Amino acid sequence: MSKHHVTTTVNGEPAEFLCEPHHSLLDALRDELKLTGSKEGCGSGDCGACSVIVDGRLVCSCLMLAVEADGHAIETIEGLAQGEVLHPLQRKFLEHAALQCGFCTPGLLVAAKALLDRNPDPTETEARYWLAGNLCRCTGYDKVIRAVLDAAAEMRGE
Amino acid sequence: MTFIGNKSDLKVVGTRPVRPDGVEKVTGRAAFGADMAMPGMLVGKIKRSPHAHARILSIDTDKALALPGVKAVVTATDFPDIASEEAFVGEGPMNFRDLSRNCMARDKALYEGHAVAAVAATSSAIADAALDLIEVHYEVLPHVIDVEAAMAPGAPLLHDDLFTQNTEPAPAKPSNIAKRVHFRLGDIAAGFREAEVVVDGRFTTQPVHQAYIEPHACIASVGADGQSQLWGSSQGQFMVRAYCAKLLGMEISNLRVIPAEIGGGFGGKTVVYLEPLALALSRKSGRPVKMVMTREEVFRASGPTSGGVVEVKIGARKDGTITAAQAVLKFQAGAFPGSPVQPACMCAFATYDLKNVDVTGYDVVSNRPKVAAYRAPGAPIAAFAVESAMDDLARKLGMDPIALREKNAAKAGTKTAYGPVFPEIGYQQTLAAARNHPHYKAPLGPNQGRGVATGFWFNIGGESSAAVYVNEDGSVNVVSGSPDIGGSRASMAMMAAEVLGIPVEHVRPIVADTASVGFTHMTGGSRVTYATGMATVQAAEKVVEQLKQRAAMIWDIPPDAVEWKDGEAVPAGANAGGFDPLPLAAIALKAGKTGGPIGAEVSLNAQGAGPGFGAHICDVEVDRETGYVKILRYTAVQDVGRAIHPGYVEGQIQGGATQGIGWALNEEYVYDAKGRMDNAGFLDYRVPVASDLPMIDAVLVEVPNTRHPFGVRGVGEVPIVPPTAAVGNAIRDALGIRMHHLPMSPPKVRAAVDTGSG
Repeated sequence: MSKHHVTTTVNGEPAEFLCEPHHSLLDALRDELKLTGSKEGCGSGDCGACSVIVDGRLVCSCLMLAVEADGHAIETIEGLAQGEVLHPLQRKFLEHAALQCGFCTPGLLVAAKALLDRNPDPTETEARYWLAGNLCRCTGYDKVIRAVLDAAAEMRGE
Repeated sequence: MTFIGNKSDLKVVGTRPVRPDGVEKVTGRAAFGADMAMPGMLVGKIKRSPHAHARILSIDTDKALALPGVKAVVTATDFPDIASEEAFVGEGPMNFRDLSRNCMARDKALYEGHAVAAVAATSSAIADAALDLIEVHYEVLPHVIDVEAAMAPGAPLLHDDLFTQNTEPAPAKPSNIAKRVHFRLGDIAAGFREAEVVVDGRFTTQPVHQAYIEPHACIASVGADGQSQLWGSSQGQFMVRAYCAKLLGMEISNLRVIPAEIGGGFGGKTVVYLEPLALALSRKSGRPVKMVMTREEVFRASGPTSGGVVEVKIGARKDGTITAAQAVLKFQAGAFPGSPVQPACMCAFATYDLKNVDVTGYDVVSNRPKVAAYRAPGAPIAAFAVESAMDDLARKLGMDPIALREKNAAKAGTKTAYGPVFPEIGYQQTLAAARNHPHYKAPLGPNQGRGVATGFWFNIGGESSAAVYVNEDGSVNVVSGSPDIGGSRASMAMMAAEVLGIPVEHVRPIVADTASVGFTHMTGGSRVTYATGMATVQAAEKVVEQLKQRAAMIWDIPPDAVEWKDGEAVPAGANAGGFDPLPLAAIALKAGKTGGPIGAEVSLNAQGAGPGFGAHICDVEVDRETGYVKILRYTAVQDVGRAIHPGYVEGQIQGGATQGIGWALNEEYVYDAKGRMDNAGFLDYRVPVASDLPMIDAVLVEVPNTRHPFGVRGVGEVPIVPPTAAVGNAIRDALGIRMHHLPMSPPKVRAAVDTGSG
């Protein structure tokens, strides 16, 4: 079985990889591009640990075929900070102790960024429903939601 | 170091610094179990039984081995058939023989998903193809899933050599009842004769999974001389080493286990599943082998905790004084003995100061995955029954539910039914804080209700090792053997910084592999901040002594003329001489000339862990048409001893409460008629999501445990104990119906509304 050659943009930089037709985008990110920040918690789109942004749209990378990434722009957790400067969401997660084991954290951060990209002033309820696709078994979500709302306020300049 | 009673003397403990491993985790760089790769690595996968109970007649691996790219196949014959022997490195009881047979079935498959063979191949696709080529011939046997069905005479027997322990006379025939436990205090019959009011009830719970988001994962590399490395996530690298060495017949020094970051465990990663198979495959293939479970495998073949049946009966006088408390607990252990029925029996009435108690428990095997520890193992199951009955008792007596608990509250000097007498504990203070919380007096609307429940967990100490090293520039590294499951590295760094008198940012902690630090019992039992923290504190104190000696040497005065204050050596008084303070960094710079590197390692077996208590208040709104229960407001009050990092203590409480809410409302294992799990995925096994919940108000009550220098009590397990009953009591308040069965999912609540009974 021959492999497919895929050309994409990952976190603003050109990226190429070879993949089998059945490989998920998550497989390609983790195994081919060695971007292991996106996690596999379920492989069925139920936990959100593999969340990435494709052309501005939040997706579970375990549910998207790697070949479908051809010609598209992908944002992963590895692209959230600008060099040494953390994104406000990352900083607020740390300040609010919004992570315990940290396994779901990359997916939560990517999903939260997708939320704030389209809604810079979400209510608590909007944040809770937007992040309902990201399972966290450690925190009970309290500090996660506070961190997201606090980051949003800071980004609005409040 | 003696207990520091005055909190204002503490500069670091009680603050909320950013955790040292935080940046790695918010940038995606932290390496969890599945994030590691090695050159030449193979992919390992497991062939699992499709049957709930079957005799393995034969396993033919020839076709699989002939497939190009397949490098090794292992079955039970590749592991020593070890004798029955109790292990002492896990969280609950564990028998090496059972563990071996749980990792790889021998003779019989005892549950759907039980491993029967494993392969290592050059790619995932080849490994999958090889699994299909392994031919297993089974004789399917009758199976049993339900705990009481498994106890019944004539039930299908899982083990023909299992005879109930602790019964008189000893049974002549084998059964599925592995053990009976019994705790008794006073005279239960006299207690019920004295009672003016009696409540009773029969409650059932379903198995629930720990449901950590990170599936089990590891890489094993066995050298030709037997020296081996295992990299993976677990709640204890020393536990993994002990279990694997035993199951493979290795010398312990030949196995170095390197802990990865762990993506949640909650007790579920206190045992091994993949690790012995990965080592066996690596040994046979001569190459590193990586194994990662799918989520479906996690559900079918790891964890969960027991489901159970609890019958409870409580008698009291009209003034609320409890005169008798009785319970019978039947826990399903899964395919091998070892349910948490014993701790459940011990916890059942531990929150109360009682004269007459009688608790009996049964540990029962059935054709389900072998249970693993889950946060306060067993206690939430007992608490669902006992705290529901306490709510009924309060109603029958016309008493406020918190007042009833205060009337009977355990306190310092209370003798427990399981033996010990409580030291200073904070249950009464916790109840008072709940009673005075604004939540408790807030108004409720139609179809809304409020429930209160309380809970207890022992917390443990145990064996831990930690080292503190001063670097040449005065910065410090703390090395410990405890996997950090929720922020413990932060608390180690904070405690060391407190003792050394330096900013916590100058202290960097790591979790070391099994060859780089002394033996450390695993992360479980809410022991790490207490016991590993104690080792860290003692190591830091030894470093302070060294620093004082070095300063004395530099000043040429006796060591006892030097004091350590705020990170500096200072002369002890006017008589000691007039010297400028020597900061830690200045002493560190001269370490080479004053005796060499400065550092200390302490290994200890910490005693004196302080028990923890919690009281939860829950408001719900019930939709009578759909049976949907909405959690409106939740307050969790807990005695935490003293919070080292309050943010992460609150996080433990909020997370534990949320797991308990999931247990109460949605989570359960569902089986089909053939004993196969029907909901092995996060779509159908419903854990709480963000939109299910309100903020969880975690209220920290600080009654210090004076046997720890900073007053620490374990905090991680208590918060999962009260929620099932707190939610049930809130539904009772809203509907007027007592729910007896978990989960209280919409179909069950709807049926209760229709029939008037739950």
